Amino acid sequence: MVRRQGPRRRILPLLEATLQPRDLADALAARGAHPTALPLAGGTDLMVEINFDRRRPERILDLSRIAELAGWDREGDELVIGAGVTHARLEGEMGGLAPGLGMAARTIGSPQIRNRGTIGGNIATSSPAGDALPPLVAAGARVELASATASRSVPISEFCTGPKRNVMAPDELITAVRVPVAQGPQQFAKVGPRNAMVIAVCSLSVHLDAVARTVRTAIGSAAPTIVRATEAEAFMEGVLDERGAWERPGPLPASALARFGELVAAAARPIDDVRGSAAYRRHALAVLGRRTLSWCWQEHRA
Amino acid sequence: MSTSGTRVLPLGRIGESVLRADGRPKVRGEFAYASDLGADRMLWGATLRSPHPSARIRGIDITRALTLSGVHAVLTHADVPGRTTYGMEISDQPVLAIDRVRYEGEPVAIVAADHPETARRAIERIVVDYLPEDPLTDPERAIMPGAPRLHPGGNLLRRVTIRHGDPGATAEVVVRGEYAVGMQDQAFLGPEAALAVPAEDGGIDLHVATQWLHVDQGQVAACLGLPPSLTRLHLSGVGGAFGGREDLSMQVHVAMLALHTGRPVKMVYSREESFFGHVHRHPARMEYEHGADRDGRLVYVRARVVLDGGAYASSSTAVVANAATFACGPYDVPNAEVEAIVTYTNNPPCGAMRGFGAVQVAFGHESQMDRLAAELALDPIEIRLRNALATGMRLPTGQLVDGPAPVRELLEGLRDMPLPPDVVPVDPREFPGGVSNSTHGEGTRRGVGVAVGFKNIAFAEGFDDYSTARVRISRDDGGPLVEIHTAAAEVGQGLETVLAQIARTELSLERVRVLPADTQVGSAGSTSASRQTWMTGGAVQLACARLRERLHEAIDGPIEETAVYRHRPTQALDPDTGQGDSLVALAFAAHRAVCDVDVELGIVRAVEIATTQDVGRVMNPLALEGQIHGGIAQGLGLALMEEIQMEEGRVRNASFTDYLMPTVLDMPQVRMRISETPHPHAPYGLNGVGEMPTIASTPAIVAAVRDASGRPLTRVPLRPSDIAGV
Repeated sequence: MVRRQGPRRRILPLLEATLQPRDLADALAARGAHPTALPLAGGTDLMVEINFDRRRPERILDLSRIAELAGWDREGDELVIGAGVTHARLEGEMGGLAPGLGMAARTIGSPQIRNRGTIGGNIATSSPAGDALPPLVAAGARVELASATASRSVPISEFCTGPKRNVMAPDELITAVRVPVAQGPQQFAKVGPRNAMVIAVCSLSVHLDAVARTVRTAIGSAAPTIVRATEAEAFMEGVLDERGAWERPGPLPASALARFGELVAAAARPIDDVRGSAAYRRHALAVLGRRTLSWCWQEHRA
Repeated sequence: MSTSGTRVLPLGRIGESVLRADGRPKVRGEFAYASDLGADRMLWGATLRSPHPSARIRGIDITRALTLSGVHAVLTHADVPGRTTYGMEISDQPVLAIDRVRYEGEPVAIVAADHPETARRAIERIVVDYLPEDPLTDPERAIMPGAPRLHPGGNLLRRVTIRHGDPGATAEVVVRGEYAVGMQDQAFLGPEAALAVPAEDGGIDLHVATQWLHVDQGQVAACLGLPPSLTRLHLSGVGGAFGGREDLSMQVHVAMLALHTGRPVKMVYSREESFFGHVHRHPARMEYEHGADRDGRLVYVRARVVLDGGAYASSSTAVVANAATFACGPYDVPNAEVEAIVTYTNNPPCGAMRGFGAVQVAFGHESQMDRLAAELALDPIEIRLRNALATGMRLPTGQLVDGPAPVRELLEGLRDMPLPPDVVPVDPREFPGGVSNSTHGEGTRRGVGVAVGFKNIAFAEGFDDYSTARVRISRDDGGPLVEIHTAAAEVGQGLETVLAQIARTELSLERVRVLPADTQVGSAGSTSASRQTWMTGGAVQLACARLRERLHEAIDGPIEETAVYRHRPTQALDPDTGQGDSLVALAFAAHRAVCDVDVELGIVRAVEIATTQDVGRVMNPLALEGQIHGGIAQGLGLALMEEIQMEEGRVRNASFTDYLMPTVLDMPQVRMRISETPHPHAPYGLNGVGEMPTIASTPAIVAAVRDASGRPLTRVPLRPSDIAGV
């Protein structure tokens, strides 16, 4: 007889081969023993790939139950954010400590995705369109990696080496990311043809550090990895120094904002793809550069 | 009408916001879609699809797939028991590719195995020796000399020419334009799924999500070499259709596997596969010339429309007739010359989708009316009022408009609706870009656009369109019980609810059950062309009226009536002049879009859509409201984002990551004003409603974005780069 079927069976063979460590030590041991097992936290990237049959992992290493990865804390001038912290928590909890990261988390996927997806997963996937990555690059964050036998700390800008490629060794896991506490306004903006749930056609982080008197940028989705627009940063730092603007913050001339935008666009190495053209990405980055810097500066002046 | 969805009157009769029975289970995830079905000893089917848009097949080696443990069948075209091709209008599509493939994703072989993963692995072990050829992807090049012939009869599927009035007409004011429409997908959320169960009598029971059980039955029976009586179809839970389930997908495949193995076989397409598993909306290129006098009254319209039919005919020949028939818009056009063609290419087959040819040309004719308005410095509503079609006028096909044609009333209603306030948003999500934080108002301008559209209801051009309903009254412990049995497909639009409302109204009985739809009763025709409430509703009304005469007999036992409802006959269009009374009825809707546009980034946020629509008679206010919201969302999608992007015959974005549909943050407030001009030829005076919200919403939104950006914007969906002028 025809009947209503129970739960879907498609994933069943995977679940039978899932490792479910309960703490970090177990997880690192499992990672060492099964280097081909695929680490899975929120699964928001990997389950799509599995459902589309682009990836058939022999085993899954389920990191979702590890309490040590699920929290964040402040240590001096740094935030230590566990790899398992979800985008929803970043959106709700970063406040003034890392506002750019909170803003970027807000733009990721749907509420369901933000409830499941984690910052560690976003880093490990290492997509140039990973929305949590530009604010980490602009902030100069460091990725904490550990294996069963050792641990190390890698600057985020050195961690990702290409689209979906990074320096993580087969026996390592991301345990946390260390993010300097914000010392000034931060902005994140992205462009996509839909008003929510859209992969960035391009994105931009701009951070001002009012103590160190620096401008930091990071461009998403417009180069093989997240890239900084160092010339734009140096130009704007020069403008601010020259005008004594850090001490006497007045309005910035439109020409300086425009030049900053142009230099941001010039730092990108975009391609034509299904989501947009290289020319549009450059154009949009120039616009976003102008706007995000002006928002940061307005906030600094306020 | 009242638009308060919560007001449910107790009688459950027509005109009330009766809640749908499937609403709660669907929201709770408890509704059984076709993909949720199962059976004992069931096997899983999978499909090997062509990676090439065009290739010869020199051989297929299934040996390595057959030897995989758990595999029960591997079948190719050589195993098709009956007719090797199928098609709704032209039987040109192979059940499984024979000696060549004509589009990327064309089915080549099928497998049944004890687990879906085993079936997928078996598919990978089939070796097909392809000789790839250059794909023919340009629908106009397809009919130029030297183009490869994709089918024996050549590449021209149909040309419809309409000549009306004076071909040499000239006018004081002339505007020309070229427009293009991209390939939209129905993007229903429930992917294609079916379960085939072999029966002891040698037949098959096929449980499938479809739009038209009987047209499936005829094609499936022919391909299986079975009589239709042994090919029993049962409608299972349909997760949306929008035209994409009119053609066969897996029906023959899954039945072949079940008959071959003697076991139940189930197939479910993945999301990616679904993009290759059904037809899409025809992409269109349109050239228009409108001539008018100084007062803005149309003198003539000349239009040429080219539709890309893709690799197989599907319903292309009907879609192109609609495109031609509606090409001039709902206006009084004294002289018209329209040529619409549809050709074969190596792109994906295109066919039915909500609006069926009227959507593409609405973007053309409404863009032209705006050009004309700009040329004459007239208000866009005013120019439309000066040309509005009305009852008693003739269409370019010569057909007299004898039903309601309240174009003027709809436009005036739209003009009377207040505009939304233009205030700086408090919620940052209300800026263009929404949560992306791409503007705080910089570069943002507001635009307003209007459009009006129309389309026919039910099938056209002489098609014998009818529906059958069997209604039975019996009595049990709960009292009298009415049971309605039809083959009409509930695809999510709310048909079952409205059929029950009709039975309650006609019989004054409260307990009504709508039985599962299957082929054990006569055809109800397709759930398409906005026809089911009219047609199957009409059949139920008729059966109930006959039962009402016999109610006294119900004391002695159950009584039953089967009724067939037919709409008035229509004629084919004359092949030379395009003249003929081809249509049953027309329906109209007008839209006004208000959009905030970030003109620097080319990002749009629709603020409000106001719509006026005449529905003849409101059968269920809540369901009507849902149809209007959904149709507008689909029109918004075509305006701003929904496109299957093709490159050299290959789909570049077969996923919901890159085929974007509007989210709740993209969908604006909808302000609606519904009018009820009784349709003289329809039951209760009702009119079809499902497609009209999709037709003019797209050009209205584009007009709003043009108003804000000042750019011509001649192609949909609009890309940010087009709006920003990059």
